[in-house]
Amino acid sequence: MRSEVTIANKNEQTETSEKSERRVKVSHFLGRYGMLLILIALIVLMSILSPTFFTTGNLLNIVRQMSVIGIVAIGVTMIIITTGIDLSSGSVIALVSVVVASLAQVDSYSVVLAIAVGLAVGLLTGVINGTIIAKGKIAPFVVTLGMMTAARGAALLYSGGRPIGNLSESFKFIGQGSLLGIPVPIIIFALVGFVSYILLNKTKFGKYVYAIGGNEQAAIIAGVNVEKYKILIYGYAGLLSSIAGIILTSRIASGQPTAGVMYELDAIAAAVIGGTSLTGGIGTVGGTIIGALIIGVMNNGLDLLNVSSYWQQILKGAIIVTAVLIDARKNRKT
Amino acid sequence: MSGDYILEMENITKEFPGVKALDNVQFRVKRGTVHALMGENGAGKSTLMKILIGIYSPDRGVIRFDGEVLKLSNVKHALNKGISMIHQELSPVPYMTVAENIFLGREPSYRFTGWVKARELEEKTRKLLERLEIDIDPNTKMADLSIANTQMVEIAKAISYDSKLIIMDEPTSAITEREVNHLFKIIRSLKKEGVSIIYITHKMDELSQITDEITVLRDGKYVGTKPSDHVTKEQLIEMMVGRELNQVFHKITAEINDVALSVKNVSKKGKFENVSFEVRFGEIVGVAGLMGSGRTEVMESVFGITPPDSGEIFIKGEKKIIRSPRDAIACGMGLLTEDRKLTGLFLPLSVQDNMITVSIDDYRKGGFLDHRRIKSDCQKLTEHLSIKTPGLNQTIKYLSGGNQQKTLIARWLLHNPEILILDEPTRGIDVGAKSEIYHLIFEMAKKGKAIVVISSELPEILGLSDRIIVMHEGRKTGELKRGEATQEKIMELATG
Repeated sequence: MRSEVTIANKNEQTETSEKSERRVKVSHFLGRYGMLLILIALIVLMSILSPTFFTTGNLLNIVRQMSVIGIVAIGVTMIIITTGIDLSSGSVIALVSVVVASLAQVDSYSVVLAIAVGLAVGLLTGVINGTIIAKGKIAPFVVTLGMMTAARGAALLYSGGRPIGNLSESFKFIGQGSLLGIPVPIIIFALVGFVSYILLNKTKFGKYVYAIGGNEQAAIIAGVNVEKYKILIYGYAGLLSSIAGIILTSRIASGQPTAGVMYELDAIAAAVIGGTSLTGGIGTVGGTIIGALIIGVMNNGLDLLNVSSYWQQILKGAIIVTAVLIDARKNRKT
Repeated sequence: MSGDYILEMENITKEFPGVKALDNVQFRVKRGTVHALMGENGAGKSTLMKILIGIYSPDRGVIRFDGEVLKLSNVKHALNKGISMIHQELSPVPYMTVAENIFLGREPSYRFTGWVKARELEEKTRKLLERLEIDIDPNTKMADLSIANTQMVEIAKAISYDSKLIIMDEPTSAITEREVNHLFKIIRSLKKEGVSIIYITHKMDELSQITDEITVLRDGKYVGTKPSDHVTKEQLIEMMVGRELNQVFHKITAEINDVALSVKNVSKKGKFENVSFEVRFGEIVGVAGLMGSGRTEVMESVFGITPPDSGEIFIKGEKKIIRSPRDAIACGMGLLTEDRKLTGLFLPLSVQDNMITVSIDDYRKGGFLDHRRIKSDCQKLTEHLSIKTPGLNQTIKYLSGGNQQKTLIARWLLHNPEILILDEPTRGIDVGAKSEIYHLIFEMAKKGKAIVVISSELPEILGLSDRIIVMHEGRKTGELKRGEATQEKIMELATG
């Protein structure tokens, strides 16, 4: 009798453990692909609600519109993985915008030079952020808040507060042109995504980004030059901001000292929706791109449905918080 | 049961994953007495006390307090029942005043607005401090107090609850003799008022001065209770350590060669003074000492985490300046830290990524990493150390403590340093994993590595080491060879 009872118990146990295993697998799957499923669901929903949504033209339009935020968000993702934050990206876009516009005039002799200077400006702001954060041991929030204010000021100062127009045709190609029917911004976005993916997953740099975010003290003890890598990470993010700034300037065909306002927050939102954890060590390029696309599809779809932009903001806010809530629950359970 | 006892804890058992922290422990405190609770680090004292104040709930066992059965759900509940505790680690809110700290969470206030009655708060605090003859202004910010005065405020806070039972966890570890005498005076007057006190200490000389009875725990088990004036220091030490080696050590003595690491007269203000020692290739040197003896701090200094103020470090006879862990690793050292969660593991990352952090440069191929080689090397180590994981990509936080610890050891094995410092290599892991780690340590010594092992567990130190260094309050108090070292000798040196 007794042995039967134990056998029954055992069966029960294996059953429950199988069940819980299945549950773990399901939640693992949702954790990994949850946001992708939401993106697909959103696309399906919008396609049903609006006949013009699911057309090649509109879809390309969404990705093109999101490429600026998406590129910034990839840099911000790396920073957030290290438990940092970057509030300066929007202002850096503006600074790069006016600098590049002033050099890419119709009569100027080199668009390449203009772009090179623009990239250098972005890189420099990032390196300054990273150096103060790493060497001065100051909270990234404060340092990048300072850079956000200072870079905006520099943009206004440089341009005298006025937009800079009269840009050369070849420069406008970056934001407005297409190759093989694909808008150039999308191609650049894809390239940045690919290179960043390789950096994060296949190189020493990437392993250290995750290690610093996973446990900075442990990384120091394991011999990681944390200061150097923080400077590199913020520098890379600054570089991506300047790429975004160049695309934006080219697309609107003018250098705007007021460009990029609130872009830093959209970029952070994209990273967070894409599963990047503010507590560090977790985040992927793919997730962030999906996060950016979710925001893009929402904006576009709600526009097509004539939902007021006020409502759009409320919805976006709700989605950001919900995404983090899901993330937090997922982490708590395990 | 007799009403003579204020507290009776019977058959208390508490298990954590992989460790039985308490096994059928009994603990009885008589009303109006000071009862010392003793035992080595890890004997189960703090777990028992955390059960008593409602932080943990026991798996089994009964607590009877002041005649009624106690089932606690949280600390507040314990306070309401009349049990308060002075914690060893002070946790003041630094930018609030002494008065605000003492009455935190129970400030006198108006009922509906919650407006704090500042004058009453100050007055209550002043009266309390006067009663205890503690000369501190209630309006001082905690941040401006010395550590000793911070401790006195914590004591005042515990007393302010008007508890029937106060737990004091090493209350004298941070204060000078003057304050110790003051504290003892307070304790005596509390006793007169009928308050009972549980007094946790490592200081033997305090026992006869202030305590009435002593209970000793060992390895999570109850050893015995003795009246304080009928027990000698030697008897107590024997009660605390007197066990057979419960893990089997097949000590392998390796060939001991030249000096690998030589540390001369290192000092760091407030941490340790004039510490010197040597480790040879093939040798295992154990470092023993109680908490606060500075053993971890010395090793962290040698490894460059907190470089020493003065002193010299020689590697293979050559003087080296080590200002960071990077320098130390470049000199051929490795350090397995004391707290694996705090300073060792990358919890959100995979087993493989946790292994390769130190040796990543060995796997660079152009600008990229040679993933195939990383994978095969990590796989080999996982098998060699029998790390139980579903795969190398498993997130490390889901592994058991023992397997996490083995992964961290693998991190250093992969890098293969010549000198390896292991701080509490078997803390919080089960017996099986322990003996595997011992085996690994012997194996490394056999391969000619110089090894330093810090441990709170004396049998571990005795079983592993060729030579043992003992520290007490920041100083090296002795060095014992294998063969001459016994638990009693180490304890004597460790208690000063």
